[in-house]
Amino acid sequence: MSTRLASGGRLTNRSKQIEFSFDGKRLTGFEGDTLASALLANDQMMLGRSFKYHRPRGLVASGSEEPNALVNLGKGDTHEPNQRATTTELFSGLEATSQNHWPNLDMDIGAVNGLFSRFLTAGFYYKMFIHPRPFWKHIYEPFIRQSAGLGKAPKAEARDPDTYEHFYAYVDVLVIGGGVAGLQAAKAAGEAGAKVLLVEQTAHWGGRAVVDGGTIDGMEAEEWVKTTLEALGKMDNVQVRSRTMGAGVYDHGYILCYERVRDHAPLAGGPRHRMWKVRAKQTVTATGAIERPLSFAGNDIPGVMLASAVRDYVVNYGVSVGDRTVVVTNNDDAYRTAIALKKAGMDVPVIVDARQMGGGALMDEAKALGIRVETGRGIAKVKGGKRVTGVTICNQQGEGAMIEEIACDCVAMSGGWSPVVHLWSHCGGKLNWDDAQAMFRPDHDRAPTSHDGKPFVTVAGSANGYLGLKDVLEDADTAGKSVSGSSAMTDAPKAENAEEKPLEPVWLMPQGASYDLRMKAWLDYQNDVKVSDVQLAAREGYESVEHTKRYTTLGMATDQGKLSNINGLATLSNALNEAIPQVGTTTFRPPYTPFSMGAIAGEARGDIFQPIRKTPMHQWHMDNGAEFEPVGHWRRPYCFPKAGESKHDAVMREVRATRDSLGLLDASTLGKIIVKGSDAGKFLDMLYTNMMSTLKPGKCRYGLMCNENGFLSDDGVVARIDEDTFLCHTTTGGADRIHAHMEEWLQTEWWDWKVYTANVTEQYAQVAVVGPNARKVLEKLGGMDVSKEAIAFMEWKDGTLGGYNARVYRISFSGELSYEIAVPANQGRDFWDALLEAGAEFNVTPYGTEALHIMRAEKGFIMIGDETDGTIIPQDLGLHWAISKKKEDYLGKRAQERLHMADPNRWQLVGLETLDGSVLPDGAYAVGEGYNANKQRNTQGRVTSTYYSPTLNKGIAMGIVHNGPNRMGEDIPFMAVDGETIIRAKIVNPVFFDPEGAKQNV
Amino acid sequence: MLILQCPYCGVMADETELHAGGEAHIKRFGPGSSDEEFEGYMFGRENPKGVHFERWRHVNGCGKWFHAARDTNTMEVFGTYTAQTSTPPEDLLAQIRDKRPGFKWREFS
Ligand SMILES: [Zn+2]
Repeated sequence: MSTRLASGGRLTNRSKQIEFSFDGKRLTGFEGDTLASALLANDQMMLGRSFKYHRPRGLVASGSEEPNALVNLGKGDTHEPNQRATTTELFSGLEATSQNHWPNLDMDIGAVNGLFSRFLTAGFYYKMFIHPRPFWKHIYEPFIRQSAGLGKAPKAEARDPDTYEHFYAYVDVLVIGGGVAGLQAAKAAGEAGAKVLLVEQTAHWGGRAVVDGGTIDGMEAEEWVKTTLEALGKMDNVQVRSRTMGAGVYDHGYILCYERVRDHAPLAGGPRHRMWKVRAKQTVTATGAIERPLSFAGNDIPGVMLASAVRDYVVNYGVSVGDRTVVVTNNDDAYRTAIALKKAGMDVPVIVDARQMGGGALMDEAKALGIRVETGRGIAKVKGGKRVTGVTICNQQGEGAMIEEIACDCVAMSGGWSPVVHLWSHCGGKLNWDDAQAMFRPDHDRAPTSHDGKPFVTVAGSANGYLGLKDVLEDADTAGKSVSGSSAMTDAPKAENAEEKPLEPVWLMPQGASYDLRMKAWLDYQNDVKVSDVQLAAREGYESVEHTKRYTTLGMATDQGKLSNINGLATLSNALNEAIPQVGTTTFRPPYTPFSMGAIAGEARGDIFQPIRKTPMHQWHMDNGAEFEPVGHWRRPYCFPKAGESKHDAVMREVRATRDSLGLLDASTLGKIIVKGSDAGKFLDMLYTNMMSTLKPGKCRYGLMCNENGFLSDDGVVARIDEDTFLCHTTTGGADRIHAHMEEWLQTEWWDWKVYTANVTEQYAQVAVVGPNARKVLEKLGGMDVSKEAIAFMEWKDGTLGGYNARVYRISFSGELSYEIAVPANQGRDFWDALLEAGAEFNVTPYGTEALHIMRAEKGFIMIGDETDGTIIPQDLGLHWAISKKKEDYLGKRAQERLHMADPNRWQLVGLETLDGSVLPDGAYAVGEGYNANKQRNTQGRVTSTYYSPTLNKGIAMGIVHNGPNRMGEDIPFMAVDGETIIRAKIVNPVFFDPEGAKQNV
Repeated sequence: MLILQCPYCGVMADETELHAGGEAHIKRFGPGSSDEEFEGYMFGRENPKGVHFERWRHVNGCGKWFHAARDTNTMEVFGTYTAQTSTPPEDLLAQIRDKRPGFKWREFS
């Protein structure tokens, strides 16, 4: 069994007990434990079920590479799935539950999948669920969705109570990894005067050296780490951060780091996580190496762990994984585990060494401790279900015939070490295969390069393929000096490399394992990918490692194949009879390990998720019950319901009141762009489809803007202010885009034209005063002459109204007598209030965007975004009158001459009225005769705008219909949302109301 | 994430300050041009693995458009220059020839 030893544990404080729970069981651990070590100390070996076969799974590793020990943490608002027990520091009150099983961890229905494992081989998703076709939607997909994913997603209504933040840092040198290599590199760079940031993903410094021992500059490794940290602390130019992971390396020295500020102390104040956005001139990745599993049958049974992890639990936490541990290895390092276990008083019945000749000094030391060593041997099979009970030993060179069975409750395996080259590779750093050590190592001649074409990432220590202490420290010292431009002589701390015999690559154990053994030899624990799956993929023709990855799902789980990738591609290359470097690796992508969505969002949530633009009258709208809708970043009133009134009723009332007497619209959000200069007219002639240069000062003209591809992009009224100055109104959502569009053409195409633009949208508050009594209310306010004679339709004038500085445009988007009045933004609210007061006798009614939409549709006016969708040209909408025939050129003109644009078969704008007076569904398609190649009904048009008109007391709609303008009076079938019901509608003139314009021209 | 120096205000601008504007030095074809010319103007674009000339706007900064010469593969930036030109400056081309002997981009080499 797994248990806490009577003593030991360099990271735990035995005087401080900590209570926590796992699957509802109350357990205790010590301060300094991880959740993983505390669970092991409580003999909780089995922690979850695998993804596909729901096989029992226990801890494999002790760090961020752990594939199995994923748990749900917390509950309610703080619930988080897929948290690694190995990187979760224990705290008082921690609540964890296991994942991916039903009804419970011990008894799991999904495990029945394992019985069908012969059918759930590589690519089974693709093979299995293709036929019969209809099964996908009704049977396969619901089943897959039900069983997909590990852990439980947080509830939709849950709200994370914690806060998160972003940090920005600019440094000369960023060192990632706080092992002895990272510490030495940071020290060397710091001594050279560079501004250094050193980050370490765990809470502790020193990496493997402090576990494995060794002497540095005459000190114990632990002592040297402490001394070096103190030295770094005294340097003002060096900053160190633990619990901070280097997550991703991006172009031009941009590095994302992820700091878990108080996951270990949830009750402490401040942000929970930080995302660091670091710009570093140089980055040193001292990220160490990860031990590889060995591929033998049953290597996924709880109790089979990485040899280094077994050692970590004993040395760091005083926890023994088992009473009897079989060590199996192809290298010398795993002997350290056997020795550590033996010295801690545990039984090591045998070390199984796949190498004929065995190891070096460490083997001798193990033997001297009385440990039996079997060389040239392998494990044929691990015995046990929810826990290892024994192993059968065989010849490594054979097919797995049993030589001996040995009882044990833990297997410590080592297949060699893989440098953590992820961060080196994120931005294009290349790798070489090192045959002697059977590992991919960074190729320094092909480093990731920055804006100046020079390398910006340097690897140091084990991450660079140096596994001996002396080599690691010398490499790190060189790295630290070179990235900081130091010319100082190397003065790396003194240390010795242990004498070790070379490793022998073992990609399958035993080498000739039978199919039955191979299909129990796991490569990817989390995604249930076995040696036999990768071999099958190769037989089925998968040659690229990237394709094989996706076909088998190898390395696609949340651990991103940290343990499985090298073993998997070695298996593939063997199956393909190719050398490993020819097969290559899959792409390493950030982040190194998953990090929280909260950290990504940072402060951008709730009210400050995005900035909201408010007009000067916004507070009035709030105070008067406005229902808002977002338009760009603006919030505009949709309508103003009175107490007890529905939104629909409010909209109907607003339209009627405006048509009958007087309505007010806050039109401040309308874009207002000043275009000024001696070439302004010429410029606007290029921008608009119609002629603007001929517009007389004092006059207004409606204009259309297209992009160079011919499609309608924006519309609005242009007023000529004086000879050199125009004011262009744009749509609410279009102001910034159109201003940018103007600047782009002015700066990059017609840079010699004398034109300036300014977006003055927010400088003015604008109110549309609309309805038969519009003139009366303005006359009541008093000031400038607003009579028909003084300011005719499509004219504008400056003056005062009720004492306010006003620019009055006589333009109408409703078909009513209408004045749009702009006042300086700071007078906007007062002016609005004055209009309400003066308008009281006319039943003045503020209206929102929906009433605006209905009134414009009643008049057949198009709306950008309703009648247009980026594929509509003005000609489609019957706007030929707004396209100049005289101009040689405007943006979009050439495009509109193309064959497809001039095609008479294009759908064109018409009005639509249902035969029964109902409202057509928005976006509904008019169906045509027959079916297309995809067996869908042919179509002949669609609805672009549709409303209930309170003026006409029936549904009205606009739409584009094939040959529509020539089919007036014809009724055509529209499909309802249910895909079955047909609604018949008559094609009519799109101007439903007052086609003569009698109401507006008064 | 790229850093480009805005040639107008001199700022070393982070990519979040910039707006990418696609290929540089495209000649406009308007009314009177052939279908082929217009198609090329609208849709014909280089897709090099290597030296490329691009338009960028310092949109969250001084608002100016500028040009950048960049290696799309290594992200090396050879230089940035004014948007008010239809050809890359000769000294920049010389520098690129030096770093990428034999490079060719449209009519420039
Ligand atoms: Zn700038």
